[in-house]
Amino acid sequence: MKKTSKFFMAPYLLWVLLFVLAPVVLIVYQSFFNIHDELTLANYQSYFHSPNMTYLKMSFNSIFYAGIITLVTLLFSYPTAFFLTQLKHKQLWLMLIILPTWVNLLLKAYAFIGIFGQDGSINQFLSFFGIGAQQILFTDFSFIAVASYIEIPFMILPIFNVLDDLDPNLIHASRDLGASPWQTFTKVIFPLSMNGVRSGVQAVFIPSLSLFMLTRLIGGNRVITLGTAIEQHFLTTQNWGMGSTIGVVLILAMLAVMWLTKERKKS
Amino acid sequence: MRRLYSFFLGIVLIILLLWGITKQLETKNTQGTTNKLVIYNWGDYIDPDLLDEFTAETGIQVDYQTFDSNEAMYTKIKQGGTTYDLAVPSEYMISKMREEDMLIKLDKSKIQGLENIDPQFMGLSFDENNDYSIPYFWGTLGIVYNESMVENPPQEWEDLWSEEYRDNIMLIDGVREVMGFGLQSLGYSLNSQDPNQIQETAEHLYNLTPNVKAIVADEIKGYMIQNAAAIAVSFSGEASEMLDGNENLRYVVPSKGSNLWFDNMVIPKTAKNIDGAHAFMSFMLRPENALRNAEYVGYSTPIPAAKALLDEETQNDEAFYPSAETMKNMEVYDNLGPEMLGLYNDLYLQFKMYRK
Amino acid sequence: MKKFAKIYLAIAFLILYLPIFYLIFYAFNEGGDMNKFTGFTLDYFSSMMGDSRLMLILAQTFLLAFLSSLIATVIGTFGAIYIYQSKDKYQNALLSINNILMVAPDVMIGASFLILFTKIGFELGFSSVLLSHVAFSIPIVVLMVLPRLKEMNADMISAAYDLGASQPQMLREIMLPYLTPAIIAGYFMAFTYSLDDFAVTFFVTGNGYSNLSVEIYSRARQGISLEINALSALVFLFSILLVVGYYFISREKEELA
Repeated sequence: MKKTSKFFMAPYLLWVLLFVLAPVVLIVYQSFFNIHDELTLANYQSYFHSPNMTYLKMSFNSIFYAGIITLVTLLFSYPTAFFLTQLKHKQLWLMLIILPTWVNLLLKAYAFIGIFGQDGSINQFLSFFGIGAQQILFTDFSFIAVASYIEIPFMILPIFNVLDDLDPNLIHASRDLGASPWQTFTKVIFPLSMNGVRSGVQAVFIPSLSLFMLTRLIGGNRVITLGTAIEQHFLTTQNWGMGSTIGVVLILAMLAVMWLTKERKKS
Repeated sequence: MRRLYSFFLGIVLIILLLWGITKQLETKNTQGTTNKLVIYNWGDYIDPDLLDEFTAETGIQVDYQTFDSNEAMYTKIKQGGTTYDLAVPSEYMISKMREEDMLIKLDKSKIQGLENIDPQFMGLSFDENNDYSIPYFWGTLGIVYNESMVENPPQEWEDLWSEEYRDNIMLIDGVREVMGFGLQSLGYSLNSQDPNQIQETAEHLYNLTPNVKAIVADEIKGYMIQNAAAIAVSFSGEASEMLDGNENLRYVVPSKGSNLWFDNMVIPKTAKNIDGAHAFMSFMLRPENALRNAEYVGYSTPIPAAKALLDEETQNDEAFYPSAETMKNMEVYDNLGPEMLGLYNDLYLQFKMYRK
Repeated sequence: MKKFAKIYLAIAFLILYLPIFYLIFYAFNEGGDMNKFTGFTLDYFSSMMGDSRLMLILAQTFLLAFLSSLIATVIGTFGAIYIYQSKDKYQNALLSINNILMVAPDVMIGASFLILFTKIGFELGFSSVLLSHVAFSIPIVVLMVLPRLKEMNADMISAAYDLGASQPQMLREIMLPYLTPAIIAGYFMAFTYSLDDFAVTFFVTGNGYSNLSVEIYSRARQGISLEINALSALVFLFSILLVVGYYFISREKEELA
């Protein structure tokens, strides 16, 4: 296929050079310096050998929770996107789904604090039915719920775009050939939507690795991720070397995830 | 393609519209004067009417910029590219900025009203002669508790370890604060640089974790008002908001010792309008202005003449204007230096991750 | 099945809008915070509109968002095309490089950009913020456009070239129209990134330019005034009107065409 000329690609490649590669080089470079600006491997050593395996545990937390959040988001978003494609004014409804994302994150988190609180909306609702007030905040449940809530549009959009493009004849053909709705879904619809799912998973999992605001606001810091540590090192201790080291770890984790979820061409 | 065109056309139109509106609002805000003062302060930390009055009196336009933490403010000023004329950091950050030569020495002849400041708030360790900073607001670190949720209210730091408060304490997310009260609960100074004391404190704090429900920042106010926990370790400023919102809450400053914090006005080396900054300091030291600011912001004022004009209940409230006895045991943070701070932070991170 | 779909969607919308309704509800709260509703008042709406500093920040925030998303969408769309047309074995690597800014926490991106800008002596202000917003928005545009590209029937492109189309023609008549929904999706996701950004804007702005996010986060210590709720409520309602209006107008145009 004839390639689109370099002229159109130039801005993108310039961006990659200036705003991606240059900062990455900077970060990798910084990770080899300690607080006194001396060249050292100490940052990497403390990453692997810190007491109580602090950083390793944090890395595990980051990956684990990012995974669960992605899964929950996917489970919620896929049916939503699917049903949306069957509606009449689907583009409008899609826009209405995206609209809440434009309200500031901190405000929405405060709203959730009110909703999930001891005397909040949900507990009042539960009391109405005779179930006592539950501890919702500062649990894994609330943290994952709110994090997924924030990420939902990023998962819905790519899946919607791909499902919307699906040739309805394929579905009719499948049904005509005797497949049940479930079989049609698993063997025809879902595989054809994989590209959208893949994009959505990447768009949600990757940023979720470095969540730290929500871990504090909703999780009460009961879950600590790599984002918390980076924030601390870049701001409080001003130890940009260590912060950069963790940044390198995050980038490597992301590369690993990309490799695991990459498209494998069928032979 | 038509759809794409019309979409982008719409966007471009909106951009042009917004550009016009922005330019309009900018000229309206600056009114053409070139005499400008750029203030870098915490969000919503000054009565906006005072800024208007300052402009009316001096003709200096005020550009009010905000930050949400000392560290972020420090990073910005340090890195360069800014021209803040006046900033309001907390005391430990001032001592750090002084050490790194980031502040201008004040010309006291240009500041009127220094005599209005309570002498016990001057000449403190982070700025011995107040050559670099003038007090703006001050406060304490203490314990907020919900009367309806505790049998025995805590009074001192060591009370927090009581089994009665299992899973019922919220801590403010700050390394100096948590390590600080940990050290003080064992009778040590919150500026300790003794590795043994620090290690002992870290382990002592691990024993606290079963009582800790959550470690949060500014949202702690909303939580306590909504009865999310019985006890919180928090600053007096935040506490006064909490008490306003929930009549069951009380604030107590541990008499055996706690942290005394200050937010002071400083002039960064990158300032352009140094005279304007001095004029602003004088303006804020006038008792009538300090009074209005204290009433708007709700924090404790360092100007006794202003305090005397506050309503009876507020000025006699020991929680926010502690007795002389309690004040004797208060400690101000010293700058620990990068290594010690690094050690404190590592231990704090481990504390956060510790679950028995 | 249809019934189930409708119920599911209704619940989905309810969940998505619950916090928004909560925020709008409390914008009318006399009590001054979001903890308990004590009485009805319009004070916050009036004080917000009278606060010219806040209005300026609002205008600046949206100008920045609309403009940076536009630039990011253009660059990102061509970036997606570039990745799509690369050799298979390089695609994953290129996409991974694309995604690096998405994994980095805002603090790190903000600090790195700040260092880079000051090192090359670039003046901090609106341009530095704009460039930074464009920079962190490009990856999500690529992620939105790429799947649609992969779904595209490559034969259409070959056919166009066979029939003698020039490159701009191919883009205009075939590829871009096909990609339109994805491009628009990319635009809105970039818009979200820009509106919500705090850390990067905070660090690279010098002392001129503030955005709404910075203002909101800075107020957290004092307690976020309900003025902000009022502001968000109005902006939100305005956006709904805009979206619904645009939708029905463009539908009419299509029917008339």
